[in-house]
Amino acid sequence: MKDKKDTRVVVGMSGGVDSSVAALLLKEQGYDVVGIFMKNWDDTDENGVCTATEDFDDVVRVCNQLEIPYYAVNFEKQYWDKVFTYFLDEYKAGRTPNPDVMCNKEIKFKAFLDHALSLGADYLATGHYAQVREVDGEYQMLRGVDDNKDQTYFLNQLSQSVLSKVMFPLGHLPKKEVRRIAGEHDLATANKKDSTGICFIGERNFKEFLSEYLPAQPGKMKTLNGVEKGRHEGLMYYTIGQRQGLGIGGSGDPWFVVGKNLEENILYVEQGFHNHRLYSDGLIATDLNWINEEKLIEPMECTAKFRYRQQDSKVTVRPLGDDKVRVEFHDAQRAITPGQAVVFYDGDVCLGGGTIDEVLKDEKYLDYVG
Amino acid sequence: MEPIYLDHAATTPVHPEVTKAMLPVLQEVFGNPSSVHHFGRKARQIIDEARRIIAGSIHANEKEIVFTSGGTEADNLAVVGTAMANRDRGMHVITTQIEHHATLHAAEYLEKQGFEITYLPVGSEGKVSVEELESALRDDTVLVSIMAVNNETGMVQPIKEMGKVLKGHPAYFHTDAVQAYGLMDINVDDWNVDLLTASSHKINGPKAGGFLYMREGVQVSALQYGGQQERKRRPGTENVSGIKGFQRAVELAVENRSERQQKYADFKQTFLQKLRQENVQFVVNGIETETVPAIVNISFPGTNVEALLTNFDLSGVAASSGSACTAGSIEPSHVLSAMFGKGDDRTINSIRFSFGLANTKDNVEEAAGRVASIVNRLAE
Repeated sequence: MKDKKDTRVVVGMSGGVDSSVAALLLKEQGYDVVGIFMKNWDDTDENGVCTATEDFDDVVRVCNQLEIPYYAVNFEKQYWDKVFTYFLDEYKAGRTPNPDVMCNKEIKFKAFLDHALSLGADYLATGHYAQVREVDGEYQMLRGVDDNKDQTYFLNQLSQSVLSKVMFPLGHLPKKEVRRIAGEHDLATANKKDSTGICFIGERNFKEFLSEYLPAQPGKMKTLNGVEKGRHEGLMYYTIGQRQGLGIGGSGDPWFVVGKNLEENILYVEQGFHNHRLYSDGLIATDLNWINEEKLIEPMECTAKFRYRQQDSKVTVRPLGDDKVRVEFHDAQRAITPGQAVVFYDGDVCLGGGTIDEVLKDEKYLDYVG
Repeated sequence: MEPIYLDHAATTPVHPEVTKAMLPVLQEVFGNPSSVHHFGRKARQIIDEARRIIAGSIHANEKEIVFTSGGTEADNLAVVGTAMANRDRGMHVITTQIEHHATLHAAEYLEKQGFEITYLPVGSEGKVSVEELESALRDDTVLVSIMAVNNETGMVQPIKEMGKVLKGHPAYFHTDAVQAYGLMDINVDDWNVDLLTASSHKINGPKAGGFLYMREGVQVSALQYGGQQERKRRPGTENVSGIKGFQRAVELAVENRSERQQKYADFKQTFLQKLRQENVQFVVNGIETETVPAIVNISFPGTNVEALLTNFDLSGVAASSGSACTAGSIEPSHVLSAMFGKGDDRTINSIRFSFGLANTKDNVEEAAGRVASIVNRLAE
């Protein structure tokens, strides 16, 4: 291996505290560190102000503190084509997409990685909470040690060739420690608020944002038995298991979204957090990625997450051919949502994942979920 | 690796002679030039002398020089100040699509004030045509603002010919001569311009200095309000040491003009020659023989600006591309877009190299070698 000072690491810097500390740690370890800001979305408002400008400004300040060079790269077009188009298509199909998974797969660890390599980088580093381990020439991705921050869920589509070029300097740290390090070094971003939500929407109202791109088609809200409970504002605004914003009053337990009927434009609702209609016992996943790049031939027992920050659940994964698997839950799961990722684990090792395509109950496809 | 500076069109190193001239002013002459005492007079003398020398450099009268904080302010004063002061005579202004943003954004401001602006196009060679100007002229045109040398391509614009066209027309003629000043022999009467912008830091002077030449009698509204300085056209206590430095930079530019022209032309040829030797695929944007010797804008097919500039910098070569950037990322150049059409590959794969005081034939050749190996690697 090359000397650290001759090993160039490009750090993807967002202007947040995590990537700032990632750069700091690599610099302290003696690497040849280069900071690069990615601009994926143009949110310039009528006054010419955009959050990217402020974020880049923070990147500049941190890099100057660290005395490392900084640059920016624009992937707006690629982001639009690969991530945003997918995002809209999924909503059009009545599903709930996960743009972060797609952004990692297509932009950060593809277009951006290629850019980094074209700059002579040996590695690409990011501020993700995940770990890479090499075992006999095979790269494994492990959860970040901070359970609450672990981001392997979003990284489930990474390949061996990507992992061989990736560093996650924060993987072994709790978030609190990251903040502490930032504070100790008086980094410009030490007290910056973590960004929340989907990057291109930011702090804006989600409904308002989506309505700029997709026509909303209001329709009826019904129980699965056909009782009308009111109107919905457009199926795309709702996700399975959602309680907020239904506007159904009355007595008894609160109401929840349990499914959608795209053809008839109906939103299905039922009463009670634990309503049995919200529960399922299996799913079909597509777009599978196995991190060890071995095809699944035999059924496999492991654990899985069906959404970010969820506790793992025990599952059996059965290969169905054609890049598809059936996932059987050992315990019934609530609010499994098509379009979201299902990610598999063996202990702390992330095995890979796919996209939830269909939800199953008693061996049958739950058609009301979509 | 030794860093090599090929971005003199962005800014230039301060000439040691300039620093030497400024130091005693900073150390000893602290008076306010407006003050009616010994200390003030000392400072005033310095400004008077600088004004005389700078006026001489463009064959103007010293009363016609207004010191500003730089090129941007001078352009703003020329475009907005002149249009506003003459709006009773007409509300039509002509400029071009390839101006610096200091002019373009000033023109956009005028549009918001109700002015009609004609942005003259350019062909793929990057040159504004005299005929286009002629046909755009109207009875209510009050101002024509066209740059003398384009800052991205180095293309020399036909200012003198345009001056002739405008001779019989009441519109004022402004030229942004920031990239021409120092390298070209400018005579405001010969060019028939009424207003001319120049900047100090582009010619090895200190930053935050410049001037607007205003032909005697031109009506211009001040854009800021305050004291009597610059005959109220630009109030604010003068940047005395900066003006002194600017003066020295002008003297040096005038003295060494032909020598510098020769030297920079030589650098440009050395640079291009080396690229050819290394089998680099490239095209010079504009017409090479009609550019100033200090600037060359090169398109490298199969590459993109961000990868090029980042790689150049990481290998110690400082160059630049289109002037606009948001959040650090480079937008396609408006100048190249005007030349080649929006979306043309050349708008995203072209780099400007500009030569000057920081260069020697050796370091230009060395830089070209580094550029060649990067381009050859990226264009694979």
